[in-house]
Amino acid sequence: MSNKTVKCECGHVNHEGTVLCEACGKPISGNQHIDGNDQNDVLEMRYEGSARRSKTYKRTIVDKTWGFFSSVKVGVWLIVITLIASSLGTIYPQEQFKNSPLPSSQFYEEEYGLTGKIFYQLGFHNMYDSWWYIVLVALIGISIIIASIDRFVPLRRALKNQSVKRNEIFVKRQRLVSENNTLNDEDLTSLKENLKKKRYKVSEEDGHIMAEKNRFSRWGPYVNHIGLIIILLAAIFRMFDLMHTEEYVWVREGETRVLPNTNQEYYIENTEFIYEEYDSNEEEQFRVALENVENPVPKNFQTNAIIYRSTEDTITGQLPDMEEVTRGQIRLNQPLTFDGFALYQAGTQLESEYRTIGFDLENDEETLGSFEFDTDEAPYSFELEDGLEVEVDNYFPELEFTDNGPSSFSKFPRNPGIIFSIENPETTNVERFFYLQEDVISLSDDNELNLSVSDIDRRSASGISITRDYTLPIFGLGAAIFMIGVVQGLYWYHRRIWIHPTESSYHIGVHTNKNWFGMKKELEEITKDTNVQSFHDQQELK
Amino acid sequence: MDFYTISSWFLYATFFIYLIAIAFFGMTLGNKRSENNKSKSTKLAISFTIIGFLSQLTSYIFRWLEAGHIPVSNLFEYIYFFGMMLILSFIVIHFVYGISTLGLIALPVAIVIIGYGSVFPTEVQPLVPSLQSNWLYIHVTTVGLAQAILSISFIAGLLYLIVKVNQEKRSKETTFLELIIYGVLATIGFITITTSFGLADYEATFVKTTEDGYEQEANYELPALFAPHNSELQSEGAFESGIEAPGWMQGVDAGMKLNTLTWSLLVGLLLYGIIRLLLRKRIGATLQDKFGKINPDVVDDIMYRAIAIGFPLFTLGGLIFAAIWAQQAWGRFWGWDPKEVWALVTWLFYAVFLHLRLTRGWHGKKSAWLAVIGFSLIMFNLIVINLVIAGLHSYA
Repeated sequence: MSNKTVKCECGHVNHEGTVLCEACGKPISGNQHIDGNDQNDVLEMRYEGSARRSKTYKRTIVDKTWGFFSSVKVGVWLIVITLIASSLGTIYPQEQFKNSPLPSSQFYEEEYGLTGKIFYQLGFHNMYDSWWYIVLVALIGISIIIASIDRFVPLRRALKNQSVKRNEIFVKRQRLVSENNTLNDEDLTSLKENLKKKRYKVSEEDGHIMAEKNRFSRWGPYVNHIGLIIILLAAIFRMFDLMHTEEYVWVREGETRVLPNTNQEYYIENTEFIYEEYDSNEEEQFRVALENVENPVPKNFQTNAIIYRSTEDTITGQLPDMEEVTRGQIRLNQPLTFDGFALYQAGTQLESEYRTIGFDLENDEETLGSFEFDTDEAPYSFELEDGLEVEVDNYFPELEFTDNGPSSFSKFPRNPGIIFSIENPETTNVERFFYLQEDVISLSDDNELNLSVSDIDRRSASGISITRDYTLPIFGLGAAIFMIGVVQGLYWYHRRIWIHPTESSYHIGVHTNKNWFGMKKELEEITKDTNVQSFHDQQELK
Repeated sequence: MDFYTISSWFLYATFFIYLIAIAFFGMTLGNKRSENNKSKSTKLAISFTIIGFLSQLTSYIFRWLEAGHIPVSNLFEYIYFFGMMLILSFIVIHFVYGISTLGLIALPVAIVIIGYGSVFPTEVQPLVPSLQSNWLYIHVTTVGLAQAILSISFIAGLLYLIVKVNQEKRSKETTFLELIIYGVLATIGFITITTSFGLADYEATFVKTTEDGYEQEANYELPALFAPHNSELQSEGAFESGIEAPGWMQGVDAGMKLNTLTWSLLVGLLLYGIIRLLLRKRIGATLQDKFGKINPDVVDDIMYRAIAIGFPLFTLGGLIFAAIWAQQAWGRFWGWDPKEVWALVTWLFYAVFLHLRLTRGWHGKKSAWLAVIGFSLIMFNLIVINLVIAGLHSYA
């Protein structure tokens, strides 16, 4: 990279590729095509005609790569491709939302037909963490960084080096101009005063006047881009377990379980799960809405939990000695937090398991006794009064019937089946009973005892998601900086007014980076009661 | 008399008052009227708009009192709030820029939007647990306001196009402009036909047998031009065209959605055809004649200003507040839910708009077309995502 320089007639030494002299603004011949000034009367002022690397050096691969990423056109295309891709990903549910036991390879085709198959084969069912989507976002990130540096550095230099005394061509080729004004001292004084009233910073040199305000607004875009970069960095950090973990655990009522992503350190006990529904008798205003839907409308999902911390090394499968850390209610929208972790109410299996089943045993005349089967303990026998013994021959926590007879689908008591045998004290016959589906059937016709279900206690399981996310403050910082940058760039306007004396008259040139409508209004107030002629907009929409 | 009834009355009144306001805005057009008359009409028009807005606000407050929570929890309520914010933004814009012609687009668009919302269940619904949060108030209202302000850029853009597109001969631009107008007419068609058949309590039930042998019911509230695929009509005397929805439309409601869409498009076509026959030229050309001369720089400025305000507000409400709430409710601030993705798509689109305008000088017509596309994205997110693509936000 060579470092040739261009010396302007005003004496200022500019970098190679400069379009408008940083000091006096005179167009530097041979470079006008860069900003398209050769085609227009009005000078392109977006980057002050400063020398941008991307527009100056185009030979080596580095130059070309830099040029590619610093182009707004490229950036816009990248955004457009990303937004089109993102929207295509919503045509059918993403894999994580498909909510079906079918594997994806079958689900999309069976559910949505040919278009679903295409959706799956293109990999759109997992779009947002696919490598190409991440590459797209990364390219946008690179584009943001390079485009910002490419513009910010020379722009800052140009604004720093600008002088009060400008070249006449520069002033006359601004978008808003008023030429050949005959101004007396009184006019000039009142102009300066009006400018100061409008919070302009007024400087003078050899009769040239420059008024400037809100230069910081020019940095808005770069500030908001820094915010976006911080957000993208936070997203990268979030991929590491050290910064972010997320796990899920099911805890039954009364159960204590280890929180999976805490190194066996923390435990949760579900003391009670509460589920409430809206009742149209209590909330009269919802009556119509509640009657119009088939299913009841849930009002609350809540887990009352106690969090423990182990105080000794743990042995797998056993609960260690523990101390209580905190206790509280976990609801939707109301997580429980402790030591950097947060617990969220994320799922429910409402009364999905049987905790205890109560039985009454009687013969024709009297009640012989009662007992309670606890599914956690699953005892082998019960001693009733008078030495009566109930044997548990078989216990199937989740009963199903296969070709080989009854068996259990899982170890969870979702649909218990129990086979009891009881010796009848009168006949000394062993009578067998099968409990299933909340009912008891006799296994032989000549049973004289009668076993019946007296009481059933179910329990719910609560799905709790546990997260620890140290990236949240970084995302927050990025978002805050982004907002500051956007507001800084959009709601303030960098405005400059040059009053340029010639031998016989004054030219006035005006530049604002945005909001020409507001600029014109402000100029009316600034030039009120002076001899300044009305301004001519050289670029008005026709 | 309960709050709900009062709220409904005020809403009916609101429609009526907005219609009066449109009539007065209409009287600001034309070359024959004197400037004095025009300025009187403008004053009356904006006064009626403000009265209408106050009436709508009253209706809204009574609904709030009835429900006990802010009415932004289902599609009807959100659209209702959105329409109200649209009117509010228009009133503000009117006092800053004073372009009365804008009212002739803003008010009809707002009425059509609110009318569209009224087609959905309007009864007060309880809040499901995921919505029981203060962020409901903050997130949804900010998004509603932001989308309304962004819609103002569409309204200004549409005005710009009506005035600036060359209507002397047919071109792509005139065709697209007619398409936008047709879109509005089809929406009016949808509202009219759904409301009329709704009032007549029309119902036809189809039973569809799926491949697995299950029977599913679909209740049509419009005469069936398209029955669900592989289905049989159950209701006696109901209309049946004999045409079924194509086989790839699997869902039990897919046929019904196709049917409703077809009806809306047909009624829209009928309306368009009648108007076109009466006018004997493009609707866009007629509007151009009526609207007369408008300073394009000012309209262009409104278009940009609306986005300059709407974009940061949308970022705040639609992305930042949304993320904070999602973090609090589900423990993840971003989950690629369809509605979230579409908020991102909308945001990226307006980012593109700002880049093209601020660094590549896309002003005037180019900006106006972009503003139109932006609005269609907002509407897509509001309507299609909620009704067609299920997700966490499908509360309606």
